[in-house]
Amino acid sequence: MLTTSITSTDLLFLLQGAWTTILLTLWAMLLGTAGGVICGLLRATLPRATLPLAWVLDAFRSVPLLIQFVLFNSLKSIAGLDWSAFSVACAVLGVYAAAYCTEIVRSGVLAVSPNVRRAGRSLGMNYWQDLRYIVLPMATRIAFPGWLNLALSVMKDTALVMWIGIVELLRASQIIVTRIQEPLLVLCIAGLIYYFISLVVARLGNQLEKRWQEND
Amino acid sequence: MIEIENVHKSFGDLDVIKGVSLTVNKGEVVSIIGGSGSGKSTLLMCINGLEVIQQGSIRVDGTEVHNKATDLNRLRQKIGIVFQQWNAFPHLTVLENVMLAPRKVLGQSRAEAEDIAVRQLTHVGLADKLKVFPGKLSGGQQQRMAIARALAMSPDYMLFDEATSALDPQLVGEVLDTMRMLAEDGMTMVLVTHEISFAREVSDRVAFFRNGLVHEIGTPEQVLVSPQYAETADFLKSVL
Repeated sequence: MLTTSITSTDLLFLLQGAWTTILLTLWAMLLGTAGGVICGLLRATLPRATLPLAWVLDAFRSVPLLIQFVLFNSLKSIAGLDWSAFSVACAVLGVYAAAYCTEIVRSGVLAVSPNVRRAGRSLGMNYWQDLRYIVLPMATRIAFPGWLNLALSVMKDTALVMWIGIVELLRASQIIVTRIQEPLLVLCIAGLIYYFISLVVARLGNQLEKRWQEND
Repeated sequence: MIEIENVHKSFGDLDVIKGVSLTVNKGEVVSIIGGSGSGKSTLLMCINGLEVIQQGSIRVDGTEVHNKATDLNRLRQKIGIVFQQWNAFPHLTVLENVMLAPRKVLGQSRAEAEDIAVRQLTHVGLADKLKVFPGKLSGGQQQRMAIARALAMSPDYMLFDEATSALDPQLVGEVLDTMRMLAEDGMTMVLVTHEISFAREVSDRVAFFRNGLVHEIGTPEQVLVSPQYAETADFLKSVL
């Protein structure tokens, strides 16, 4: 009953999958945050003019990620792009994260009191100085919990990349399950690894938030 | 000198200021009193271009404020404004709040800006709060910090928009003391205020605003003690 045929090689294989998961998350959040900050600022500053942008981003938030992966992968082949599956995964996840991040940034920027911005402008700061030294630092503190949430959710969504042939943590565990037929154990281990990654991210985030809160 | 000439200002269909003319001379303290919605705070925002006007002109030292060619950021450096809601930058310490604009706008070095900031903060009685974040201060302290923040830009003019209206009664005095000190130093000031006795004490002239117009203007004695118009007298009766 308590015997298992899982080997250390299997565990290493799982960890390699976890590393792919981490890399995908990092890239997706890097692209997503960069895109989200730009689009979010545009959306907050020019709500009317950027309405079409909102519609486009809405599509990425509304269509299941799995469909986006498959569609983009096919488009890639049709367009003759020579991208690796990993690049495709990063691009799709990045756009998906950017669509969510845009709303997070937008709400953060809009939550900065116009009166405080006025105070900045009244001291002679120009638009960009106001943005750089007042709006962005304040909006970051407001938007951070939402952003952290997005990072954790993207981390788990990376599991979908298995459909375009990437072996990440969940796919790695499925491969092992197929061979040793111990789904409960293997999935528990995979789940623990996901949990551990989340824990580290959430802890780091909490520390940052605590440092900010001490100031309030 | 601030020259306000026949200024009209509306928000959509709502006419807030309907032709105000007012001149504030160098070194003068002018108080603006009046009921809410009389346009007095809005006028203050128009003086440093935070609000646009529809008609008329405002000149500060001869510079047309509402002219597209005017560099407002430059003009605002010499017009300090203190708001009703003190509007501290919550993510910066008291010292950093005061140092930010001198460093970024005037290009002062850290040492230079810190020197001036410490001096201004000491002046308003916050020397022991330099490293504290605004969230830890009382309203009166935050407002005094806001005054120091405006003064650190060495403005030629100071505008006060109901600077004590949002404060607990026991904190009003400390802010008024700071403003009194400024007036005694010869700062040119425009105060929008509900503190009638304070206005009487520090002002060279008092203007009573009603329905977007200057209803009555004169020395504190003329306007506050023996007003010429019944509306002024009624207003004074309602706030005293």
